[in-house]
Amino acid sequence: MSKEYLGEFEELVLLMIILLGEDAYGLAIRNALKEHADRKATIGAVHGTINRLQKKGLISSDLGGASEQRGGRRKRLITITSDGKRMLEKSQEIKLSVWEKIPDLAIQKL
Amino acid sequence: MNTRKSHPPRLPSILLRLILKKELREEILGDLYEYYQELEDIPNWKRTVFYWFHMLHFIRPFAIIQLEGATKLNYYGMFKHNLKVSYRNLLRRKSYSFINIGGLVLGLSITLLISLWIHDELSFDKENDHYERVARVMQKQTINGETISHMATPFPLHIELEKIYGDDFESVVTSTWFGDYILTKEETVVTTRGAFMSSGAPEIMSLNMLKGNRNGLSEESAVLISSATARALFGENDPVGKIIKVHDEIDLNVSGVFEDIPATSSFHGVTFVGNWDIYVPKMEWINKTAWNDNSFQLFVLLSENANMEAVSKKIALIKSENTPPEKRLYDTKIFLHPMKDWHLRSNWENGVKTGGEIQYVWWFGLIGAFVLLLACVNFMNLSTAQSIRKAKEVGVRKAIGTSRSQLAFQFLTESMLIAFIAFILASAVTFMMLPYFNVFTNKAINFPFLETSFWLAGLSFAFITGLISGSYPALYLSSFNAIEALKGTFQTALSAVLFRKVLVVFQFTISVTLIIGTLTISQQINYAAERPLGYDFDGTISIEMTSDAHYAKTDVLRNELLASGLITHFTQSSAPLTEVWNENDGFSWEGMDAGFVPMFCISYVSHSYGETIDWNIVEGRDFSTEFASDSTAMIINEAALAYMQLDDPINKKVRWYKDFKIIGVVKDLLVESPFSEVRPSVYVIDPSNHVNFILLKLNPEKPTLETIVSVESIFEENLPKVPFDFNFVSDDHNKKFNQMNRIATICQIFAVLAVFISCLGLFGLASFLVEQRNKEISIRKVLGAPLFTLWKLLSKEFVFLVTISCAIAIPLAFLGSQEWLENYEYRTPTNWWIFFLACLITLVITIVTISFRSLRLVKANPAEILKDE
Repeated sequence: MSKEYLGEFEELVLLMIILLGEDAYGLAIRNALKEHADRKATIGAVHGTINRLQKKGLISSDLGGASEQRGGRRKRLITITSDGKRMLEKSQEIKLSVWEKIPDLAIQKL
Repeated sequence: MNTRKSHPPRLPSILLRLILKKELREEILGDLYEYYQELEDIPNWKRTVFYWFHMLHFIRPFAIIQLEGATKLNYYGMFKHNLKVSYRNLLRRKSYSFINIGGLVLGLSITLLISLWIHDELSFDKENDHYERVARVMQKQTINGETISHMATPFPLHIELEKIYGDDFESVVTSTWFGDYILTKEETVVTTRGAFMSSGAPEIMSLNMLKGNRNGLSEESAVLISSATARALFGENDPVGKIIKVHDEIDLNVSGVFEDIPATSSFHGVTFVGNWDIYVPKMEWINKTAWNDNSFQLFVLLSENANMEAVSKKIALIKSENTPPEKRLYDTKIFLHPMKDWHLRSNWENGVKTGGEIQYVWWFGLIGAFVLLLACVNFMNLSTAQSIRKAKEVGVRKAIGTSRSQLAFQFLTESMLIAFIAFILASAVTFMMLPYFNVFTNKAINFPFLETSFWLAGLSFAFITGLISGSYPALYLSSFNAIEALKGTFQTALSAVLFRKVLVVFQFTISVTLIIGTLTISQQINYAAERPLGYDFDGTISIEMTSDAHYAKTDVLRNELLASGLITHFTQSSAPLTEVWNENDGFSWEGMDAGFVPMFCISYVSHSYGETIDWNIVEGRDFSTEFASDSTAMIINEAALAYMQLDDPINKKVRWYKDFKIIGVVKDLLVESPFSEVRPSVYVIDPSNHVNFILLKLNPEKPTLETIVSVESIFEENLPKVPFDFNFVSDDHNKKFNQMNRIATICQIFAVLAVFISCLGLFGLASFLVEQRNKEISIRKVLGAPLFTLWKLLSKEFVFLVTISCAIAIPLAFLGSQEWLENYEYRTPTNWWIFFLACLITLVITIVTISFRSLRLVKANPAEILKDE
């Protein structure tokens, strides 16, 4: 693993992948980001992120599921690996612990 | 809901497909396609924009084709290999390579020479410091419906321009005409060309001062002389501060020496510039307020911010405003002719600039481009002619796994190599031919060894040539089917052969057109050369009366020369026999149409003029000293007779500056361009005031050289301080034809070269087609066909091609020559035999060329060819 931590966008994408479950592929992830995370991204950005995640070993992918909707072309279906899951959890832990360390008074001032 | 699937725009998809990595193509394009479908409900144009947007965002490093890896590994190695193979190929087939390179060298040399010529023409005057701001002031006047533009301006104009428009002009320079003057320094006398100009002149002419500076002209009685004149008058001594005389009467103080003006300047030939203020008072005929006497030239240097056209418009009516309304006959307009147009664009027709020398620049540029194109086409034909030989090589390479683009690149390398070798040789050829070329074109072009722009231009020519010529063979050869090529069943596609035939037809069309063009031009020149002159100038010399002494001693000279028997006739005239120097209006006669403002060419002559030049009086009589009244006699030419519409001209009165009586009509004298009609002219007696030339007809019974030497000594006796400068009238006359002759020769050379190059191309095509059929020919031969039949069989195709070329070329050439001839008033009638001759020549050459190739095959032993079956 080249980086010990997850980028913000990478994390979001990973979450969407889990959310979408069986049917996680480029365009679906992009639409999910828009819908659930209120985040606009181009399909290319998503694909690029997928590529990076794959290189880091956090996801695995396979081609499958051709449809008329795609002009007969298959899509690349993504599944998260155990490494990926672990990274997500670690990231979540770190964030939560930092949030806890901030006293309530300070949060309200913000 | 719309169930029909609409497809996303094609262009971005195709682009993506080209640059995406193969393995990612499907999923990315699929995603985009689906996205497009999701956008069903928004208007089409928006959809397209969104699609493009997302597509562009896929251009990221991870997604596009990588040039790393196996494809990049071996570029350098492959390149070396290609070069080696090309080099070996060249050496292996020496004769073929020789022809190929030869054709290209020819084409490139011609292109280089023409480029040098064009560059020289376009760079005329560019060395002037103020190239953009210098202009000549000209007039256009409308007389009898025709507008004439000329450079003669009246004296007061320069004063007005300075006074009223001082802001627009940095300086206004008035000048006498550039003419021959006699300069004397003590005992040394030279006749040289120059003028008197006002003080802004050295700046406008951008004189390069070797001694003194450009302001030197404003000193009193100053003169600036060229270094050649300085050397002639003062030898090695410093001329500054010394006095020289002009016409042996005006003293001038040399205040500076300037470098000889180069041939690429419009001021070339001016060897001295005298102070205008000294000149004016000495010339009593100058009327400083006369607006209708146009006897000077006028140059201006615009101020930094002035705009040439705007100023030109401003000054247009200056002369009209200063002429009383009843005398405004000609709708005179003053305008500026900018320096950048002087050399190439100084032809006017009815007041509109129609070009000039620039048309030659265009023509030669076109010819150069065509010749290069011919060479490229020729190269293409020759290269592909080798394809049968190359087929096996291509098959083997493809079997090993060469991709088509690699093969194409290999053949392109070969073409490039040839092109560059050709360029180097062409540069050498150009260098060697340059002196001859200079003689031809009357220029002094130096081979630009040091100009980077030249080498850059040349290399790019070579590169483009290599690219164009090599492209077709490369693409064609690399498209062979490997299996067929190796098996030997390789057939040439019909389309390929057709394309090559089209190329040959193209080449020959150009050649035939060039031949026809050349023949037409030669015809025109001959026609004009054979035009009857109306006079005879054999053995006649002319001497310009540059000094007052010429006038004073006229009678003495005449008597002595005639008495000596050296000459048979002595006469004088106002203009040389080869030019018209005076034109005037102000004529009227009884019976003249009211409102008609006639213009005549004037010649002031002495009584013996007609006898000296042997003109042909068709009505009435010649001048004669026997009639005292001949001082008001006038002889008109036939053109004038028609112009005046007189039935019985003899003894009719003509009023000009005084009353004249017509005593005779002479056959038209061809004095100006042999290509235009003779203008209406009149001849009057005026031996003292207006004559400028002495014409002597040498005694034909005596050897010319001795006679001239004796004549010279008589002149020197009587005019001791005047150098004896004479011209043979025949020389002056021939100069007129020189320009035309030069062009004709150039065209002839081009035609020959074009035909030659085309033949090379034909040779290539013939080689190919003939070899294709070698088995067929051998079989026919075995079956007993006579040689002649076989030869006819092979040649038939080509004769057909050439005939097509002729058919296309004839109408083209016809149109072209008609348009060219329109330029000349006096033109040769179209001779149809020219066209036939051109076609015949081409056919004969074609047959000869083909025979070279086919005869070898036809005579070959059939056993040799068929034994492989």
